[in-house]
Amino acid sequence: MLSRTADNLYWLARYVERAEYLARILETSMRLTTLPLAYVGSTNEWETAVATAGCRKSFFAHYAEANEENVTEFLAFSIDNPSSIRNCIEVARQNARAVRTALTIETWETINGAWLELKRFGNGPPSRDEFLRFLHWVQETSLRFDGSAYRTMLRNDAYWFSRLGLYIERADNTARILDVKYHMLLPADERVGGPLDYYQWAAILRTVSALTAYHWVYRDNLKPWLVADLLILNEQMPRSLASCYENLVRFCDLIATAYGRQGQAQRQARTIRTRLQNSRMEEIFQAGLHEFITEFIADNSALGAAVNSQYLQ
Amino acid sequence: MALAFDEMRGSNGQVRPAYAGLDQWLRDLSPDVLDRRRREAELLFRRIGITFAVYGEAESTERLIPFDVLPRIIAAAEWDKLRAGLEQRVKAINLYIKDVYGRREVLRAGVVPEDLVFQNPVFRPEMNGMSVPHDVYVHIAGIDIVRVDADTFYVLEDNVRTPSGVSYMLENREIMMRLFPELFSRHRVAPVENYPDELLATLTSVAPPCASSDPTVVLLTPGIYNSAYYEHSFLADKLGVELVEGRDVVVRGSFAYMRTTQGLKRIDVIYRRIDDDFLDPLAFRPDSALGIPGLMTVYQAGNLTLANAVGTGIADDKAVYSYMPEIVKFYLGQEPILKNVPTWRCREAEHLSYVLDNLEELVVKEVHGSGGYGMMVGPKSDRATIEAFRAKLKTHPENFIAQPTLALSTCPTLVEEGVAPRHIDLRPFVLTGRDRTRIVPGGLTRVALKNGSLVVNSSQGGGTKDTWVLDA
Repeated sequence: MLSRTADNLYWLARYVERAEYLARILETSMRLTTLPLAYVGSTNEWETAVATAGCRKSFFAHYAEANEENVTEFLAFSIDNPSSIRNCIEVARQNARAVRTALTIETWETINGAWLELKRFGNGPPSRDEFLRFLHWVQETSLRFDGSAYRTMLRNDAYWFSRLGLYIERADNTARILDVKYHMLLPADERVGGPLDYYQWAAILRTVSALTAYHWVYRDNLKPWLVADLLILNEQMPRSLASCYENLVRFCDLIATAYGRQGQAQRQARTIRTRLQNSRMEEIFQAGLHEFITEFIADNSALGAAVNSQYLQ
Repeated sequence: MALAFDEMRGSNGQVRPAYAGLDQWLRDLSPDVLDRRRREAELLFRRIGITFAVYGEAESTERLIPFDVLPRIIAAAEWDKLRAGLEQRVKAINLYIKDVYGRREVLRAGVVPEDLVFQNPVFRPEMNGMSVPHDVYVHIAGIDIVRVDADTFYVLEDNVRTPSGVSYMLENREIMMRLFPELFSRHRVAPVENYPDELLATLTSVAPPCASSDPTVVLLTPGIYNSAYYEHSFLADKLGVELVEGRDVVVRGSFAYMRTTQGLKRIDVIYRRIDDDFLDPLAFRPDSALGIPGLMTVYQAGNLTLANAVGTGIADDKAVYSYMPEIVKFYLGQEPILKNVPTWRCREAEHLSYVLDNLEELVVKEVHGSGGYGMMVGPKSDRATIEAFRAKLKTHPENFIAQPTLALSTCPTLVEEGVAPRHIDLRPFVLTGRDRTRIVPGGLTRVALKNGSLVVNSSQGGGTKDTWVLDA
């Protein structure tokens, strides 16, 4: 397979996943703004949204204030933000178009259909109702992409590279959302698990569509360390870092077996998985969740770099 | 200009036998069905992403070529004659190109004037004295045919560089079969779906001697911004070969390789959809970012087949076109089966003076123009345009040829007012391999959707039709 084709497939999946993540962040933020301030504290949820999306710096280069209008425009529709939902879908479609031959009709039609549909939404939402529909539509697009790839693509390197993109992006997103919320919610002097942050933690879980899962797994009230456990170490949870790395190791190995050669990507994926397997939540909290996550994000992007230099260029 | 011959109703209004089934079906049809199907077809095309780009239109870089839902029908007997003529013509073209870059007998015999070859910007001195694998230069030819009456088909133009349009031939048929199963059940239509197999067989048959028995074929595209990108990806997919861009290919030693996820892999045959100029920045245009540095050295070493070969432009130039009947006779000793449109070469004084005296009646074409650009249709042009061409003709007569304004045949077409005759042409695709020539029955029919218009090019508002070759 051409390296460029593998590269396009990898980024196609990453951008679709990212678009979904942004839609989830925005939906959660909208929900939080409907709660009385006493329930959520004085945090500016729109600023949190920008930080969670990982584009705080570029946002404040364009806007003075993080309010609903600005953040919505920047994260969803802006052409100036390379990672806005609009640009994610645009770039995903460009990648898809460059590898039409490696995609099934169903997968292509999902992306092309989304791209055509995007034009209908214009440059911004006419109303909150419309906007919410838009966010749901983005999430559905991602589901349909994922589903059509899962159901129709041959299980060969084309599929495996697209899965690598998906899981590396998803692991990055999950790590970021934990980090930002944790950071904003728990300044050094705040008591962990105070009543104030209940809705914030619920919001995190909602963002990754895990609120119900939490209750099934822990049968307990929302507790920060359990939320972190669910999203970091719990292998049942499809968005957790542990689960992402189960998949990353598997797909890296499938590629290595097919090509008859192991490399840095396989080693890096296994190292990270082993570290996750050997971690305990108490130790992570003792050593500092923020430090743990910062290190994970760096390791995760090192895997991306290894995949890139081993296969994609 | 005589009244146009209608492919369905002939010259006398009587429905011709091949169209009898279609005629009956149209009578049985409730009037809104066609329009509904037309809209369905457009939706299908857009969803599949069959688009093309029109240069110079910043607004929309991707547009649909209008598709007409009524088929164009060719009777089997008519097709047999066309096919024989096409084979003959492409055979002669291949011999001519080999000769021009080799012994040059055609020039020495004075059949084609030397300056038409040597001063032609598409002549490639790099090809002199070089042999290409199996002596095939034009593997894929698109020969544009027009019809003027029941018996006369003319070749309007030879396209032997990188002819496009075959994806529309294939997709039009697929869409038609989806939209009109009932119409198909009344006919026996020669299939075209085997074109990709025929193309792959052609390409592998011409692999260089150094290739293995399972040669690696790739399709080289300029990239997603090219107007025919859809076709490139469509064909690569149907052929089951990699769709490469210049940056995917590297030259090491005297071989070409593509960058794959498993390292470099050697390439034997490149079906290239890039013009000569952009193929290799070291040999041709140094500013080309689309090409592959050093590709020509691999080609010259005999380790690579390019389809089509470099330098084939000297055979499809509009000035060379007028010599094609003589070229056929010279190499094959046969009368050409397919006629040329009578053509005045403005480079010759006598012809020029005739052309200048009759500009209002003639079609004047730029020798190097294509895609319907750089031409003037006398009877459809205003005074100012005609005078502008007159001035151009006087300054650079050698840049132009002129032809009578042909009454191109028409075919029933669905337009706003209903079903009405519109002018059409035909582009069959001729494949030449080491072993034999392959032509799938039919080709791409292009239709001028504007009433009375003779310009069928998609860049100028033309559409396409499914083309049926029928036993009837």
